[in-house]
Amino acid sequence: MSRVKPEDEYKKTKAFHFFRWLSGEKDPYIGNLEMKPQKEYIEGKEALKERMRENRMVMDKVYNTRYNKWLLLFRRFYRIMAVLFCMMLAGLLLFTVSYLPPTGNASNPDNNEVAERYIESGMQETGAVNIVTGMILTYRAFDTFGETNVLFIATCCVMIMLMIEDEELKKQELTNDRRFEPKNDAILQGAAMILVPVIFIFGIYIILNGHLSPGGGFSGGATIGAGMILYASAFGFKKTQRFFDEKIYKVTKVSALCTYGLIGIYYYVTGANGWENHIPLGVPGHIVSAGIIFPINICVGIEVACTMYAFYALFRRGGL
Amino acid sequence: MSVELEFVQNFPCFSIMFCMFAGIISSAFKEKVARILNIAVLTINIILSAAVFVFTVNAGKAYVYVMGRFPAPWGNELRIGILETGLALFFCVIMLLSLLGGRHKLMQEVEEGKQGLYYVLSDLMLSSLLALLYTNDLFTAYVFVEINTISACGLIMIRQNGRTIEAAVRYMIMSLLGSGLFLVGICMLYDLTGHLLMSNIKIEIAHMVAEGSYRPPLLVTIAIMSVGLAIKSALFPFHAWLPDAYGYSTVSSAAILSSLVSKGYIFLMFKIIYRVIGFDVFHDSKIVNILFIFALMGMVFGSLSAIKENDVRRMIAFSSVAQVGYIYMGVGMGTHAGMVAAVFHVISHVATKSLLFIAAIGLTDVSGGSRKFIELTGSGYRNKCAGAAFSVGSLSMVGVPMFSGFISKLLFSQAAVQNTVKMLPILIVLGISTILNAVYFMKTVIRIYTPVNNREYSTVTWRDNKVYAAVLFCFVVLNILLGVCSQPIVDLIESGLMMFA
Repeated sequence: MSRVKPEDEYKKTKAFHFFRWLSGEKDPYIGNLEMKPQKEYIEGKEALKERMRENRMVMDKVYNTRYNKWLLLFRRFYRIMAVLFCMMLAGLLLFTVSYLPPTGNASNPDNNEVAERYIESGMQETGAVNIVTGMILTYRAFDTFGETNVLFIATCCVMIMLMIEDEELKKQELTNDRRFEPKNDAILQGAAMILVPVIFIFGIYIILNGHLSPGGGFSGGATIGAGMILYASAFGFKKTQRFFDEKIYKVTKVSALCTYGLIGIYYYVTGANGWENHIPLGVPGHIVSAGIIFPINICVGIEVACTMYAFYALFRRGGL
Repeated sequence: MSVELEFVQNFPCFSIMFCMFAGIISSAFKEKVARILNIAVLTINIILSAAVFVFTVNAGKAYVYVMGRFPAPWGNELRIGILETGLALFFCVIMLLSLLGGRHKLMQEVEEGKQGLYYVLSDLMLSSLLALLYTNDLFTAYVFVEINTISACGLIMIRQNGRTIEAAVRYMIMSLLGSGLFLVGICMLYDLTGHLLMSNIKIEIAHMVAEGSYRPPLLVTIAIMSVGLAIKSALFPFHAWLPDAYGYSTVSSAAILSSLVSKGYIFLMFKIIYRVIGFDVFHDSKIVNILFIFALMGMVFGSLSAIKENDVRRMIAFSSVAQVGYIYMGVGMGTHAGMVAAVFHVISHVATKSLLFIAAIGLTDVSGGSRKFIELTGSGYRNKCAGAAFSVGSLSMVGVPMFSGFISKLLFSQAAVQNTVKMLPILIVLGISTILNAVYFMKTVIRIYTPVNNREYSTVTWRDNKVYAAVLFCFVVLNILLGVCSQPIVDLIESGLMMFA
């Protein structure tokens, strides 16, 4: 049960004073505590002129190297020291390299059980014929997920920097898309007509065969992205937007990254807890094999292609 | 492999992945969904981290979590102890408070369509911080350092004006230099030891030191990694990027950058000292003395720059240089007591610096948006919550008893007395630095509580922005808690550091 205090009694409590101070009704310091208010400094016209003159003089005399020989000296000293410092750093690193174990020596510390297992049992443990892909997408899957997110966050930062949100500016950019280049260049369009499908197919081939031959999501995605850039520069953004606009970009990118993340979290948790892994490894050498590597390569490929194209589009006209 | 894990032990992996999912998904949505997702993921992370924290405290030892089917040295792994989980919990709380406290400014200062991206960046920033805390693999640490650097650049430049873009460019150049040096260090360590996993590197280095082989490259590696991380965490001579980056970005970014981002790198430094190089090898290398001298210089020169500053945000930013100096001084002492003090100062500085940035924005808002001291006169009366909170933060920074800053200064002095060689310089510089801190913080507090009449600025009460007032209240409580109940925390830090090695 709470008891309601009478008004007078309540006014004596600490709580009343505190809330009165908090709501700004009364300040206990004013009138009670001697505190001299600072006099407001009012700058007269003369003083203002004087200050402006001094300011200009300082700018002239101090920052103008013609008058200030010390500044000139300092700048030269700074440049010389910078060069010396860089040379010293390079020298130090070269000196260190001369002490490192020689390359290709069989008894080097990095020829240890780690590399041995990757090479000798990589194929049966990951199902990938391409050991490098097996290594980055299975043994060190967490690093590669982080690496893919680096690309994602880099696109976000470029968007912050270059994305145009203003409707007026957007329209302007849309019409002025080709300020500096010829429109409908026949040679470019002819070449692109032949090259773009080939580039796309080659990129898809690199991604799908990532676990069988050199390549994988990163290189294949870059190839597809290059193909899209070629198409966009030959035929313009309007035609590109028929199959790849901002909405499709978002959907593909988010679904690719989320699929990757889901596969990743499944893989980490089952591995860490020693639970059974239900993703089959398949027969090494077949196209659908190597467990999680195959879907992850596709996801990485989509993400890299989206990133490449988004960079181009954002730098060129501030939107997708 | 049949290791029976309890379900709680999966939580660190979950919390890193949840942050990433939240970041990825919210990139497709508008600002509102992104904000709700961000708050949800932070709350979930606080709960998960608290659960793991309780688990590790009860278990009394650290455990290893294999990320995937292959155990270390072939695969990635996380290593989770009291210190990591405690800091993760603390970082999540501070991140949530900073974002809530600066949200009204974010709405004003950032373009309409780009506010969603702010939450994407902060989600990924949190994931990278958690990964830096938990990882036991040097290369994973490097990957997340990259994410951290890029998202920090984004957080600086999302408020687009000339100064922030310049600050972001400057931050990027300095920070990439730091990352580059760190990467060169990792490459050399890999060449010397053949491992990327921290525990294995430590064993190999112990062998190398016992044999006396590869001495010059090991020394250079330690130096390069220390300098790289010192640049990224703004130790004194490498702090040129700091004042603009903290002073002009939107206030949540300033609070997150100053309190969390630099601490992530400092924690990585602790990790390298204890888990990669080994405490004794690191201290025999003499690099630690160079860090110590930089730290002492930073403590004095950072404060001197802060005194000269006429802009309150930049003044708080320069004070960070001095505080980072304190932390590196603890590292440079070369004793375990010094490390405990350094870890406590990390916690204390995280709580105080974010409070100061968030409180300062309330004061500048009631002074017509100007950060000049002349305009701030009397602003403590116009916004009483912010004024009180700023005073608490200042008192804590100066090291008045009852507040967290006092405990860290006490711990530093106690650690200094045990170290015969470095005692005198530490105590002298600590004294000078405390006086300088008092000069610029008390100057500000007196300034905001100087009554002034006939000014047309409006008065703000706590009812006008309840979230902001609640955030300030939480910060103040956190500071006082750290200052009053410090002994259990210090005990936890000690047992955490024992587990850490």
